[in-house]
Amino acid sequence: MDVNEYLGLFLDESQEHIQSINTQLLKLEQSGGADVVQEIFRSAHTLKGMSSTMGYERVANLTHEMESALDLERGGKKESNQLLLDTMFIAMEQMEDMIADIESGGQGANVDVSETVAAFQSFIGGKEVAVEKTSETSTFEIDLYTNSVIEQAKQTGFEAYQITVKLSDAVVLKAARAYMVFDRLQELGEVVSTHPETEEIEQEQFDLSFDVLFLSQETAEVIEHAIAQVSEVERVEVNAFTETAVSEPEVAVTAETIAPEPVVQATSDKEEAKDTKEQVAAKTQAKTIRVNLERIDRLMNLFEEFIIDRGRLERLADEVGQPELNETVEKIKRGTNELQSLVLTLRMMPIEQVFNRFPRMVRSVAKEIHKKVQLDISGAETELDRTVIDEIGDPLVHLIRNAIDHGIERPEVRLQAGKPEQGMLALRAYHGGNRVFIEIEDDGAGINVDKVRSKALERGVITDEEATTMSENELAMLIFAPGFSTADVVTDLSGRGVGLDVVKNKIESLGGVVSLETVGGQGTKFQVSLPLTLSIISAMLVQVGEESYAIPLTSILETTLLDEADILTAHRERVFDFRGQLVPLVYMKEMFGIESETKSQFPVVVVRKGNKLVGVVVNDLIGQQEIVMKPLGTYLEGIPAISGATILGDGRVALIVDSNDLF
Amino acid sequence: MEQKWVVFSLEENTYGIDVQSVRSIERLQPITRVPNAPSHVKGVINLRGVVTPVIDLRLRLGYEEIEPTDETRILIASLNQGDAGFIVDRANEVVESDEVRIEPIPESSRDMLSAHLTAIAKGEDKLFSLLDANALFEEQYAE
Repeated sequence: MDVNEYLGLFLDESQEHIQSINTQLLKLEQSGGADVVQEIFRSAHTLKGMSSTMGYERVANLTHEMESALDLERGGKKESNQLLLDTMFIAMEQMEDMIADIESGGQGANVDVSETVAAFQSFIGGKEVAVEKTSETSTFEIDLYTNSVIEQAKQTGFEAYQITVKLSDAVVLKAARAYMVFDRLQELGEVVSTHPETEEIEQEQFDLSFDVLFLSQETAEVIEHAIAQVSEVERVEVNAFTETAVSEPEVAVTAETIAPEPVVQATSDKEEAKDTKEQVAAKTQAKTIRVNLERIDRLMNLFEEFIIDRGRLERLADEVGQPELNETVEKIKRGTNELQSLVLTLRMMPIEQVFNRFPRMVRSVAKEIHKKVQLDISGAETELDRTVIDEIGDPLVHLIRNAIDHGIERPEVRLQAGKPEQGMLALRAYHGGNRVFIEIEDDGAGINVDKVRSKALERGVITDEEATTMSENELAMLIFAPGFSTADVVTDLSGRGVGLDVVKNKIESLGGVVSLETVGGQGTKFQVSLPLTLSIISAMLVQVGEESYAIPLTSILETTLLDEADILTAHRERVFDFRGQLVPLVYMKEMFGIESETKSQFPVVVVRKGNKLVGVVVNDLIGQQEIVMKPLGTYLEGIPAISGATILGDGRVALIVDSNDLF
Repeated sequence: MEQKWVVFSLEENTYGIDVQSVRSIERLQPITRVPNAPSHVKGVINLRGVVTPVIDLRLRLGYEEIEPTDETRILIASLNQGDAGFIVDRANEVVESDEVRIEPIPESSRDMLSAHLTAIAKGEDKLFSLLDANALFEEQYAE
């Protein structure tokens, strides 16, 4: 079978399944539930089938192991643990890398999956023992790593204890009491693991009791005594923990009585959710079809051609002045207007596709630097042009990492400042007028404007005078200046030499604008505003000699008339006084080598790039117009100061000026 | 498979280009100059809604530039990296492979030894050089 023709389909579907598994894994981590496992199993199974058909052995192998592990869990033979979850997250990252490799022509063999496979196999292999353990003796499933930690600790005089803490029925703040227990414990030794997971305990997702696997040099009595002092603790049991040891019958009973409850709860929650959200999702999915982007582009091209002819037809009908003809043309006009908005929406996709990868990213970044972050996404259904969707991911990743790294404080700092330990990170998307807005807001420390000011001075980004006259907001915006970083400590996340200036440039190249609001101690909000669709932009058409050029309105500050006599010369450079500011002049006819005579008075288009201004000298302003942006093609890429072309009403091609190149 | 060539002229010389790679033959139409592009790039045209670059093949192959005539045509070729147009003096005919014999380029001819000339086709009353349109563009990159 020639599989090449299926490659595109394989890639698309693999990415969809990986995305779906990621989403479900997060859900599994938060709330669990049998149907979530089922969902993941189904996707893994499909991935396995597809990849082995296509001959990508390594991908197939990895998904096979994952599927087997899930099968045990699905069948209720084995409960999932954090280790399995982490392994699955890693497996998904590796899958993504392999799929990317296949996409760029490789065999998907660029990643070493042997460790991941081994981890799955040890989960599968450990099945029988684990089942015995959970049902008969201890609550803890010990992986090899934990086991070695315990062994090592024992050699250095530590003792491993299994502690069961039961809170009184009347307890109001379960999490707070649990926190106090942990606090005491940390003074006496080291908490290895807990049941349920620490996160769940913090979110009060446990009944009245929880178990702790604890390493300490103290005796059981001392530990018991210390915990018993915490108010509202009803009962404490401290037992020596041995991997195969049989604990007191009481412990087993407690473990059994707690265990089933969270599961039941989770399933019922899950079912409710399923009824609403997931069914809707399933329905919309059934209604879409996959269309090659090339076909849509062709449709767009044809349609634009048609619009141009429509303009001609209108003109001719006007000249002829025949009522019936006019009426028909009017009908065509209305029809095509509707068609136009429809055709434009064909290229639109929900931003969900970009947002989907963030929950997992936030989770891993926060974990990496020991911060607690709750991500709140809204407006994922907001639609954007496909081209923008493809390009906006990286800048957003950067901004989100930045917010977690520099914005949200460490848990202890937050507690001191009277904020909840867990930081909030809100990611919002919404439409406004002709643009789409994306906001990233954190409730962190805000940008320290004084620190920015001194750093900017130190690095020579601003002058002393500017430092005193700039507004707080202007100063805060300096974090987007090239070569700027305010981090005290160079973490793994920042300090890679890629600054926020790259983010800003990327967003601007998409016709977007980035801005920020910050309140000291309360947080920072980044706002990215993007054009709804890239292909249609507003532009000023200008004439130089015989040639017409289009300058995008987004970069134009204003247009003005200038007299020959007003031109000043500073160091051989021509400048003019624009509201008290000296602005350099760029002559379009010189830059583009156009023959034309200069009049004594001529229009100047003032364009901006960041804070910098340049006056572009042209012969005539033709007027403002909506233009359809088209690429110049690969062969003419890299022509300075030209970003593309557009087709004018008379069918001629006009070039679009890239004003960023004028500086 | 039987090969065919679109044969066209520059001055008295005739060239052939694989018919598979020729998308269409257009009459001369307004060309928008692209500033700061290589000199043989005449500019871009609106080819049914697609902005397409156009090359003056005379300049590219080292001939003098001339004023266009009624017979001037733009040969639209579909190349590896998108479509492009070639301005030629005249598009003559389509020649089938049984009409000609393909011969290698004489090694003694230094002028003709370049990547964009692949062979010479010789028939009873015709003789034309075979051009590789992709090479015309790729060499331009190498320059």
